[in-house]
Amino acid sequence: MNIWLNFLIDSLAFGATFMYGSTGEILTEKAGHLNLGIPGIMCMGGAGGCLVLNMIGKSGLPGFLIVILGILGALTLSMLCGLIYSFLTVSLRANQNVTGLALTTFGVGLMKVIMIKLDATVYLVGPKQLYRWPFAGRQDSLQCLGVLFFLAVIVAIVSSWVLFRTKAGLHLRAVGENPATADAVGINVTKYKYLATCIGSGIAGLGGFYYIIDYMASQEAYLSLEAFGWLSIALVIFALWRPHVTIIGSTVFGVLFSCSSYITNISWIRVTMAMKPLLKMLPYVVTIIVLIISSVRNKRENQPPQSLGLAYFREER
Amino acid sequence: MEKQLALQLRGITKRFGNVLANSHVDLDVYRGEILAILGENGCGKTTLMNMIAGIYFPDEGQIFVDGREVVIRSPKDAFDHKIGMIHQHFKLVDLFTAAENIVLGTREEGRYSLKDVNARVTGIAHKYGFHIDPQKKIYDMSVSEKQTVEIIKVLYRGADILILDEPTAVLTPQEITRLFDVLRRMRADGKSIIIITHKLHEVLEVSDRVAILRRGEHIATVNTAETNESQLTELMVGKKVSLNIDRTLPDHPTPRLDVTHLDLHSAEGLHVLRDISFTANGGEILGIAGIAGSGQRELLEAIAGLQPQITGDIIFHNPKKDKPVTFFHKSMKRVKELGAQGMFHDKNMKPVSFDGMSAGAIKKWVESGDVLFKEDELIDLKAKTPLEIRQLGVRLSFVPEDRLGMGLVGSMGITDNMMLRSYRKGRAGFLDRKKPKELAEEIIHDLEVSTPGVNSPVRRLSGGNVQKVLVGREIAFTPKVLMAAYPVRGLDINSSYTIYNLLNKQKESGVAVIFVGEDLDVLLELCDRILVINSGAVTGIVDARTATKEEIGLMMTKTDRARKEDA
Repeated sequence: MNIWLNFLIDSLAFGATFMYGSTGEILTEKAGHLNLGIPGIMCMGGAGGCLVLNMIGKSGLPGFLIVILGILGALTLSMLCGLIYSFLTVSLRANQNVTGLALTTFGVGLMKVIMIKLDATVYLVGPKQLYRWPFAGRQDSLQCLGVLFFLAVIVAIVSSWVLFRTKAGLHLRAVGENPATADAVGINVTKYKYLATCIGSGIAGLGGFYYIIDYMASQEAYLSLEAFGWLSIALVIFALWRPHVTIIGSTVFGVLFSCSSYITNISWIRVTMAMKPLLKMLPYVVTIIVLIISSVRNKRENQPPQSLGLAYFREER
Repeated sequence: MEKQLALQLRGITKRFGNVLANSHVDLDVYRGEILAILGENGCGKTTLMNMIAGIYFPDEGQIFVDGREVVIRSPKDAFDHKIGMIHQHFKLVDLFTAAENIVLGTREEGRYSLKDVNARVTGIAHKYGFHIDPQKKIYDMSVSEKQTVEIIKVLYRGADILILDEPTAVLTPQEITRLFDVLRRMRADGKSIIIITHKLHEVLEVSDRVAILRRGEHIATVNTAETNESQLTELMVGKKVSLNIDRTLPDHPTPRLDVTHLDLHSAEGLHVLRDISFTANGGEILGIAGIAGSGQRELLEAIAGLQPQITGDIIFHNPKKDKPVTFFHKSMKRVKELGAQGMFHDKNMKPVSFDGMSAGAIKKWVESGDVLFKEDELIDLKAKTPLEIRQLGVRLSFVPEDRLGMGLVGSMGITDNMMLRSYRKGRAGFLDRKKPKELAEEIIHDLEVSTPGVNSPVRRLSGGNVQKVLVGREIAFTPKVLMAAYPVRGLDINSSYTIYNLLNKQKESGVAVIFVGEDLDVLLELCDRILVINSGAVTGIVDARTATKEEIGLMMTKTDRARKEDA
């Protein structure tokens, strides 16, 4: 396959990690909660999936069942983290930033403990071929476009549709913009916040699972996962809080991030080893540029939800 | 005509901690009537209504709708019983369109289609005579449009009992007339309307009956046709009060502040002040009238030195004529400069010249008090920071509308807040806390501020007391110019009159008072002249003794309409 087509598909596949992460974060932020626990939650998602696969990887269950059970494992652990986060920030009204950061520290640490105990020959070698359906066994980057990649695109589009085209989405956005208003018209603010945070966490967790089991498909993958959690949060701003835009945004991030490996193929550009980390900064630089552009344009629709980061308490005046 | 009961309250009681907000309130509301709820601030009007609307839950008592007892635990329950409330602070999502806000939270069968919603909203608007564009975003709307959205939101849910919390507070006279027309049309349609207000003339104009609350208790319900303003006030306050502001004729008004061609573009590039020129005289209250957000805040901030990017001139006349020169606000260099310009004369009216004199000799001469100003000193306040303005000896006091944001620090006590004005005094980096403390005690005593002590956070005080602290502090610095933005907003009748009297006293002592107000009746009663501002431009300066409310109301809105016709 052409090297540049390969590059593009590789970026797309890589981007799916962010697609999950930022779609999940967007849902949470639309409910007014800035979840900085996303990196930890992605790690926990990855760990949860691998944990299940470690148990059933060689059990001889039908392939599709293994795929689904793995996904369920990822969802369970990450949504559990989301539940902890929502209990602390929604019910107890703890500071969202502190809670999120603590959750990240917790999630990353716990994942490392879990992953080190698992047997890569069981959870990775066999199942990875199942997750890479329909392109399993190919040698080019197309092999990474598996079940979870397509799911990521579907999830992003469906999330956008729900947010902007349904009444549940309207209610959720109202909760994030102005919870007092939502409360006054009889929307159950707590329910929406819990649901959005937990579902968002589940989606983000799938991103971690996809990264370990499909995109990297190596037993060291989990060590680099946390960084992509932070990148996912940056992508939320890039996508201007619209899940479907993350499909484009994550591809751009993927291109920027993996260009350091492909750029050596251009004969007239000389890349030293020292420059590679610099190139890997590009997604962050682009995020800053997007931030500058969006704040200069100052369009109300492109701003974060108005009550983002603020706890809601009905009787407070 | 047989009157049908729509809503009955029996023995409603609500406590917040130790505070009794409502005590055994009984109230009847009939179909097809407008009931006004009247009372001072903090008398429990809003709390009572919030219990009907499901925001609070009563500690005791029963609520009957159409004769059946109901339990209202949430706004949703209230809607289920066809009760809807329009809050004073609009509960709208800025980012949504009118229609999206209206449909928010409704539970209808079938597919969610904004098109259908838009059609239904237009239908309701047509029925009661509203004007609304369902697809307009809330953040593009005026206050009156937002209120319309709120009312339609309640009607869309099929409410038969509408509660309006101070609906007229933010509207112009013309908009109020339009609102009252709509209310009358709803009444004719058989709806029950409860309107909370503390403006007596509106009560008399629009309501059928008036219920009066005092300190959380229901005092009386009277038929509007059989009552008058003084009876209502007496019921409301509990004693006879005179509602007159003693306005004296200005005593030799002299120009104190000259503002010419003031122009300001906001950071967002909006033209917020357009070529404003006026003169504020000492010994006079200059009122500023205008729809909220017409540039009043920016104008005062520009004068106070908080809007550095203005163009135009703000000249302060320091009444120094024939007063001795001091080194209090001036350096030796500055005194020498002014002397060279021939600004001084001595007691015998002979021009003072410092030519050839040593610094020591000049100092001695000036300190002897024989060097006098020839004219009033003119000081340009443009592009000066508040600190520079103060250092120039310009005594300018500013009571901003955002009391706990710009005026006071909510979590600090009264003493500390006094020190915001004097923190530069004191020796060698240590603060002088003694004088501010004395001042704080003085203000508490003189203005009857009810507070646990000088060190309890001002945030915990009631709105009226917070305002007394702020105004007290600003007046304590014996200003030459006193600017007050909405100083009585949210204050009850008694506190309001305390503030009016304070302003009047300042005026009588020769201060140039600039008063930004929203209640035109008060502006007309309190001020000497009224400057009307409209979209950042002055549309006229009228004599408050002869002008009418309608005239001012028209000036507040007219260019807006003219602009729409142009478009």
